Amino acid sequence: MAGPRAASAECTVPTEPATAHRRRLVDRDEALAWAFLVPSVAYVAALVGIPFFLAIAFSLSDVTGGDPSFDWVGLRNFNRIFADPVFWRSLRNTLVFTAVSMLLIVVCGKVLANVLIAQFRGRWLVRFLVLLPWTTPVALSTITWLWLLDSVFSPIDWVLRELGLIQSNTYWLGRPVLAMASVIAVHVWRLVPLAAVIMMAGLLSVPKDVQEQATVDGAGYWRRMFEITIPLTAPVIAISALFGAIFTFTDMAVVYVLTRGGPTNGTQVLASWAFFRGIEGGDIGQGAAIALFLFPLLLAAAIAILRAVRRTEVS
Amino acid sequence: MATVEVRHLQKHFDGGRVRAIDEIDLATGEGEYLVLLGPSGCGKTTLLRTIAGLEEPTAGDVLIGGRVVTGLPPRARRIAMVFQSYALYPHKTVLANIVFPLRAARVAVGEREERARKAAEMLDIGHLLDRKPRQLSGGERQRVALARALVREPAVFLLDEPLSNLDAKLRASARDELKRFQQRVGVTTMYVTHDQSEAMGLGERIAVMSAGRVRQIGAPVEVYDDPADTFVATFIGSPPMNLVPRGEVLVGFRPEHLLPEENVTGDRITVALDVQRMEYLSGDRHVYGTVQLGDHPTRVIARLPATVDTPIAVGEQHDFAIAVDRLRFFDERTGQRTDPLRVGS
Repeated sequence: MAGPRAASAECTVPTEPATAHRRRLVDRDEALAWAFLVPSVAYVAALVGIPFFLAIAFSLSDVTGGDPSFDWVGLRNFNRIFADPVFWRSLRNTLVFTAVSMLLIVVCGKVLANVLIAQFRGRWLVRFLVLLPWTTPVALSTITWLWLLDSVFSPIDWVLRELGLIQSNTYWLGRPVLAMASVIAVHVWRLVPLAAVIMMAGLLSVPKDVQEQATVDGAGYWRRMFEITIPLTAPVIAISALFGAIFTFTDMAVVYVLTRGGPTNGTQVLASWAFFRGIEGGDIGQGAAIALFLFPLLLAAAIAILRAVRRTEVS
Repeated sequence: MATVEVRHLQKHFDGGRVRAIDEIDLATGEGEYLVLLGPSGCGKTTLLRTIAGLEEPTAGDVLIGGRVVTGLPPRARRIAMVFQSYALYPHKTVLANIVFPLRAARVAVGEREERARKAAEMLDIGHLLDRKPRQLSGGERQRVALARALVREPAVFLLDEPLSNLDAKLRASARDELKRFQQRVGVTTMYVTHDQSEAMGLGERIAVMSAGRVRQIGAPVEVYDDPADTFVATFIGSPPMNLVPRGEVLVGFRPEHLLPEENVTGDRITVALDVQRMEYLSGDRHVYGTVQLGDHPTRVIARLPATVDTPIAVGEQHDFAIAVDRLRFFDERTGQRTDPLRVGS
């Protein structure tokens, strides 16, 4: 087949644009780039872009569960939520949850990452077990935590009681401060594995000879950690912090399952409050207005962290 | 200044299956420049790392300045090491890189800066102190690494192939600079390389290593002229020493000593060389052919300097000769040097 065609191509001047063009299409990077990008762009537009603009539209309307007709009300929804102390409480809680969780996630993730890169027998098993919390659906694992923190049957309380550390049950989810601590603990438990794996990749990318050079130069463990390892993995640490922040910031499942925002809105966050107002309470306009508050805060955090990453990046 | 010594040193990996260092005894002199030379995987870098304290020996001892340091961490050994990659801290400026060992040693702030600047001036990098490593050329990086090594005033320098990341032209000048640097500083230096010309050019003594053992240790001329075994004989020299079997022994001679008959005077042996191929390399003629001293013909190489203008033709047989005092003899089985043998002319 190839022989005669090659021969004819040789004696006739190249007049086969069809085959030539088809062959080149595969090699055209711009065309390929678009072909590969379009599905994800369409996906993001349909499931992120459209809902986002819909939320803006709803927040400026009086749409409710019972009356879906769209009527323009200007900033009335925003005025109402600003006048509501629960909104401010949710906003504060969200910021506290995110900041504390992020800090704990980064610190625990770093420690766990160091454990994961250490050479020991059965390392793969430990890595597998460590990743389990992250792979479990958040609603399921939170239900487990709900049982662990039960006011009557809590095994944690039982252990503490047996050790003689407490006399009666702690009511983890019944007191505001303990409830907040519980929510933060579950967030940290859930997100530390992800952060640890991201940071493990970062730690493994630090050249071994740079570490050894620091050892030979006389640096002890802590100096190596704070002057060499952490600065060199700063971009990766920032990325895992960003992930931790976004997942904590936007999550409502933990609060919803564990405390329903209680006691007395003590653990209410923006995401859960938007859900309770907009979906359970039926006031879609107000729910959308509350939810929109997540956006500028997240955007600011993402920009800040990504800029920090670029500044510290070492090529 | 101090000497480095290792006694009965062994380092095994994989539970003894890999013997990276297999019983090495070695000692440097005060301020000596000792080169560890060997093919890749011969254990020379492992030996250097064990001396630095980055590897723990399976058995044996490391002594620095006459003191056993086997159990001590690297920072307590008063050594400075330069890695093949230079291992500069990429996020620190040149000055911060050089100051780092002093900060680790808790030297006072003012003194740190002063010593770092002095080291930088000595290596001619005073103008680069504010740069980051990525803004430096290969040669500049090497100097920063040397300045960082120098600044702590170590008892011993350990250099692991510090020239292999430079291009060929830069390597020659860096080699020269390195030698002068060491002469000026006068610190005992152990230098690892697989490049024999580097070893010959830099070392006061060369330790030739293979398979975790030191095959021979001696001055460059000694290692070249009087190789202890066939490994050293063929590893050093380019082209390597010719080894021609004759009975139970291998007769060895360097290519530059196999010359057309009329160029060799005095006590000599003559051989008939069947010329098969010829190369011209920077003025020299490399003549490839076969000779027969024992039962069967053996391939040999002759290197004729530009001063020898005897016409040689490919495909013909020529009479060549070797001065008898240039002949070396090795046991065919063990490869070790043996007593001289009478080889009939």
